Amino acid sequence: MTKLAHFHGGLKLTAHTLSVPIIDSSLPEELIYPLLQRANHYATPIIKLGERVLKGQMIATVNTPFAAPIHSASSGIVKAIEPRIIAHPSNLADDCIVIETDGLDAALASRSCFDYQQKSPEELRAKIHHAGIVGLGGATFPTATKLTTEQDIHTLIINGAECEPYISCDASLILQKAKEIILGALILQYILQAKHCIIAVEENMPQAAQVLKNAITHSIQLISVPAIYPTGGEKQLIQVLTGTKIPAKALPAEHGFICQNVGTAYAVYQAIIQGLPLTERIITLTGKGINQPQNIRTRIGTPIKHLIAQSGGYNKKVQRLIMGGSMMGIALSSDEIAVTKASNCLLALTSGELENKSSEMPCIRCGDCATVCPAELLPQQLYWYARSGQLEQCQDYQLLSCIECGCCDVVCPSHIPLVQQFRAAKGAIIIKEKQTAQANLAKIRFQNQQQRRAKEEQEQLAKAEKRKATIEKMKAASLAKKKSL
Amino acid sequence: MLLLCLVFVLLGLILGYAAQHLKAQGDPIVEQVDALLPQTQCGQCKYPGCKPYAQAIAQGTADINQCPPGGEQTIEALANLLGIEAKPLNAEFGAVKAPAVAFIVEQDCIGCVKCIPPCPVDAILGASKHMHTVIATECTGCELCIAPCPVDCIIMVPIANKPSEWQWSAQHD
Repeated sequence: MTKLAHFHGGLKLTAHTLSVPIIDSSLPEELIYPLLQRANHYATPIIKLGERVLKGQMIATVNTPFAAPIHSASSGIVKAIEPRIIAHPSNLADDCIVIETDGLDAALASRSCFDYQQKSPEELRAKIHHAGIVGLGGATFPTATKLTTEQDIHTLIINGAECEPYISCDASLILQKAKEIILGALILQYILQAKHCIIAVEENMPQAAQVLKNAITHSIQLISVPAIYPTGGEKQLIQVLTGTKIPAKALPAEHGFICQNVGTAYAVYQAIIQGLPLTERIITLTGKGINQPQNIRTRIGTPIKHLIAQSGGYNKKVQRLIMGGSMMGIALSSDEIAVTKASNCLLALTSGELENKSSEMPCIRCGDCATVCPAELLPQQLYWYARSGQLEQCQDYQLLSCIECGCCDVVCPSHIPLVQQFRAAKGAIIIKEKQTAQANLAKIRFQNQQQRRAKEEQEQLAKAEKRKATIEKMKAASLAKKKSL
Repeated sequence: MLLLCLVFVLLGLILGYAAQHLKAQGDPIVEQVDALLPQTQCGQCKYPGCKPYAQAIAQGTADINQCPPGGEQTIEALANLLGIEAKPLNAEFGAVKAPAVAFIVEQDCIGCVKCIPPCPVDAILGASKHMHTVIATECTGCELCIAPCPVDCIIMVPIANKPSEWQWSAQHD
């Protein structure tokens, strides 16, 4: 057993695990695919209205390495490309491709390939990109882009450490597809040419660890890590497993590490070995507001209400719908919103499970938030600056290193919504930077225009003078001619 | 005594040299004020651009509350920089509006090119008797192109609140 390190802070949270097996979701009437991928990267539709699409057919492509293509999860007709409310903290509507399913579930022919080692890493990366695979832990960074690095990667880490207390989709996937995950990990290891590969699971999932142990045949190391939130964070996990601390502004790849979620490893297996694009994922439906909490394998694009109906519906006490976990999830305004590649969990919480946030009291500077902060920041100080809009000081105190894990919110005895303040301050910094960039651009264009106009004026003046000079010359010449006559 | 005189002469020479050769280039206050202005170049302050307004502020001939696009934020930043009290925007120069960009209704455009010279940032593309269009990402929303249009085909379109542009706010939900 290797000796494990600890990261700063973190919390021991009560886990809410589910022991029921994964069920498959039924086919919904509509599949909805938002074109917005990550941050502000949009995919471009490559289908026409009314066109028939098959399961696994690419329906939108991308021209940036920071997003991945979208594939239809069933066969049907492209009904609309229109604004629908999407799974986004803004709860705003944005353009989505809507597919009306035809119930046939007719799929594109897939080409399987068993000898991935015959292919070059470049070919495999292209296949992964083409299959639309993104990090399924929730950040949805395109996997092919993450695998494209000039750094020498020595360790690949397969992240099976569920971060949030309510989420159990990774554990349930391991129980069902351990062999496939291992094969996916081997493919990833081959692409990266990494010497070591570690699969990390949490100590409170002994069944998953046992299944993986039985499936491991190669030189992959299995490590159980203590269930301290947020161990599932990339940098935190690397520190726990290897003792290497990745600086706030550095990427793990710069230190020779790459992390991939177990779900991503399974998707890579499906893309390379079975030739299937990413059209499904496992989502945890839980919370006391739902009648049958369970893990569901669902088509990406399925409206949430369809999944809720398949889980026995809501009970009367339900108060709020949250996508993602209880710590970092976003509140949804509607259950018409569709499951995305990022959706690992759907929580239907009752008032008893929701914390009472109305009793916010002044900060007493106890410093508990600094003790639990895994990014080693000073939340009490940041809160002070964020509240008074002192953005420069926020940046000096490394606000941008905040991973928004929510540990400080949980321990705060005054119930201050700290993360909310930090997100707002980050937003204000982004808006300010954008405004400055726009102002600079306008200034340069205005100056260029003025310079150009001054130059044009000068040229015209010079031309006029030249013309004047020639006319005078001609006049003088004709005068001289007259005189000589 | 002689030594002291020599030192004074030397210091005098150094000061004289510095006065000649180390002069501040431009007016640093004007640059600092200009950096705080939104660079819309709209002329609502009654000066022909943001830089002239900055010069007027630096000389004390203009007040700091004449910039509607900058709004309260700009007034506050200017007050901080100049060490004076912030004051509300002077309504004489216009009101704060939601950010918008100009848009040419293309079927109405007659291709007269009259809107092109007023644009301070060259954001309108077009040629005589050909349809014109506004490059939305370059437009500062100054509205200077609206009045010259003989067929009123330029409208201001508010910048849509899209999820990709959205940011968190501190309000409780």
